[in-house]
Order: sequence, then structure tokens, then C-alpha cells
Amino acid sequence: MKSHLAGRLSRVAAVAALVAGLAGCATTANNPKDPFEGFNRVMFSVNEGIDVVVKPVAQGYDKVAPAPVKTGIGNFFGNIADIWIAVNSFLQGKPADGFSDIGRVLVNSTLGIVGLIDVASEMGLEKHAEDFGQTLGTWGVEGGPYLFWPVIGPRNVRDTFGFVVDVSADPVPHVEHVPTRNTLMGVRFVDLRASLLPADKVVEQAAFDKYNYIRDAYFQNRRSAIYDGNPPPLED
Amino acid sequence: MKGFFSLLLGLLLSASSVFAQEDSPDALIKKVTEEVLTIVRQDKDIQNGNTRKAIELVEVKVLPHFNFQRMTALAMGKDWNKANADQKKRLSEEFKTLLVRTYSNALTSYRDQTIRYKPTKMPGGDADVIVKTEILQPGSKPVQLDYSLEKQPEGWKVYDVIVAGVSLVTNYRDTFTQEVRANGVDGLIQMLSAKNKQLESGKK
Repeated sequence: MKSHLAGRLSRVAAVAALVAGLAGCATTANNPKDPFEGFNRVMFSVNEGIDVVVKPVAQGYDKVAPAPVKTGIGNFFGNIADIWIAVNSFLQGKPADGFSDIGRVLVNSTLGIVGLIDVASEMGLEKHAEDFGQTLGTWGVEGGPYLFWPVIGPRNVRDTFGFVVDVSADPVPHVEHVPTRNTLMGVRFVDLRASLLPADKVVEQAAFDKYNYIRDAYFQNRRSAIYDGNPPPLED
Repeated sequence: MKGFFSLLLGLLLSASSVFAQEDSPDALIKKVTEEVLTIVRQDKDIQNGNTRKAIELVEVKVLPHFNFQRMTALAMGKDWNKANADQKKRLSEEFKTLLVRTYSNALTSYRDQTIRYKPTKMPGGDADVIVKTEILQPGSKPVQLDYSLEKQPEGWKVYDVIVAGVSLVTNYRDTFTQEVRANGVDGLIQMLSAKNKQLESGKK
């Protein structure tokens, strides 16, 4: 599924380059950080279209799977993700976090039965969320224009590049046994989508324009993530 | 004797309300959060998505500690000063309705998360602080939930709520600025009121 995704990504990237050129002159961009708003809005509605199929699957999974199963699945993929999170913690100059992330993988893979139980958190080894886009951000790489991608969602240029690196470092697409790989990719995708369902509900109600609301929340969230939750204040 | 007791009780009550006003901002956040979550944990209706009931809970327990005028001003930025006193009042009313609904709705998604209260730095005499908390859920990175508060004559009031780095207030800044630019302050009032009506009629 991710190889699909990568294929889709490169196709989308080609289209993006084409349309971006057109969008540059064809749209009235209101936000200087979002110069390709016209193009992004098209991609946004494409994504909403895909979600018409994906969301009910995620809702079904959310309803049918017992809570411990969902927690176990989330923990299992979280454990795999912790390896790359550790690498990024080190790259961001946070060795203490990095060693803690490695500790999490060791503890959860063994005591936590291949990652199904998050024993490490109970031991005080807190989970982190790092990715290569954040790493680039801490190195001072600017975000660049905002883009909205089908399936993978909002990413500026820096985070799109970061995402490509994240995907290439992801062990799941490299699983040799194809049915296993596809199952893992599929379950992980549905689990991720299901975890976003509560946020969906809030956004549906809170937003005047869903596209704008998600974009502005993305900017704030990424800024905060890069500063590990303590961004310097922005003044108006 | 009975009179003495009721006098004593009265004194106690008024004393405790005085103390309540003098709650430090972090103690206030903790008190209100725990009160609300204790109720949500026991209320199956709210857990099953009864927004109406969640709104009632928020109105009684949470609302008194929020300063919606300040929140609206923060959401609008420079445009706030373009509004006259009456418009400011209407803007704050409408924005309050919207935020209460959003916040109440988020409560219905509450399952078994716990809240960790982080120590608050309070430089002496500071009238503006951020209280940091975290929503803990096994297996996920803790979600930051921060509150900005300012000291008012009647006690500390929240004027911003920041979830995972996203301010529920300033996230509206660009949308509001665009609307004021296009249709003026009255246009924004109308936009807010139409949204609230739509939410009101759409769901119970």
C-alpha cells in the first residue's frame, strides 16, 4: 500500500509541478504561506473524496475492534516507529531522548511482547513523536510553501521531503512476504485513520472552512512540534 | 445554637469562596479539570455523544473561568479595534457559543485518558501565565493541553486553550481577518451567528 502510495506520490508530484505553475497565476492566494491555494484546494477535495471510502472503514474498525485490540495494534506500530523516532531524536541533538527511545524499543519488543504492550511508558520512558521534517526544521530549514496531498494530507515542501525520507526508512514496506506486508500496511493505515476520528468531529464543528482550519492548525502544530512544545511567542 | 451554626456555616462558605477566588492559576485548572472529568467518567450520555448534556456541563463548570471578550479580541487581532462596543458584545457572544460547542464536543470523545499537571512557572506578581497540562494515553505521545490565563479582579480567567500547539482561538485569525476585510465587522458577526444556527439545528 505504501508502494502504491509512493507511486501515487511521484505521480502527484509530477502533476503538482505542472499545476503549481498554472495555479501561481490562476488563483487568488490569500495567505502568503499558501501560494498554491487553488491547486491545494483541488487536492483537498480529491482527498475528501478518497475519505468517503476510507472513513467508514476506519469507523467500522473503531466500532468492532475491542479497545485492548486497538491499543495493541497502535502499540505494535508505535514500537516499530520508535526506531526511526530514536534516529531523529539523535539527529536533533537530543541524545537523552534518543537513548530513551531505544530503551522503549528494547523493553516493548521483549517485555511488551513484540510491542503489543507499551510497558516502557509505565516505566517512565515517555513516547516521543519525531520525524525527518521536524529534524530539518530544527536544523533551520524553512518550511516553504504549503501543500496539500491526497492520502498523506497537509505538508509544506520541507515536510513533504521529510515524509519521503520517513517512508524510505520505514521497515514495513520492506517486508519480503507480500501478503504480510500488505496486511501490515493496510491495518496501520486504518488504525491511523481511526485515531483521527475524534479530531474529525471537532474540526467539522469548529471550522468555517475546513481547508483553512486544517491548514492553520497544521502551521501551529508543526511550529510547536519543532520547538518540542515550547515555541517562542508569535506577536501580531 | 442553630443560629450560631448557620452563622458559622455562612462564614465558612464565604471564606471558601474567597479562597476559591485566590486559587493559583494551576490549582484552578486542576480543580476545574478534575471536576469536569469526574462527571464525564460517570455520565454515559456524554460518553455516547450527547452534546447537549456536555454543553450544560461546560456552561456550569468551565464557562465562569473563561474571558470570552479577551478570547474574541485575540482571535480577531487588530480588527478587534474596528468594532464598536455593541459589536464587541455580539462578537463575544457568538464566539463564546461556538467555542463552548467545540469544546463540549471534544469532551464526548473522552475515554480513559488521564491528565498530568506540569509545574507552572509563576514569576512573582505576574498577571499572565501559561498552565501546561498533558493528556496521557497509553501507547501514544502525550498530547499537550495548555491554558493561557490572566489575572482579573474576580480571579484568574482563561483566554486561550492550546491543544498540541494549536490555539483554538488564534486558529481563527486568518479566517476572521479575511471576513472582516471582505464584509466588515458586521459580516463577521453574521458569519458566526449563521454557523451557530447551523450547528444548533443540525445536531442536538
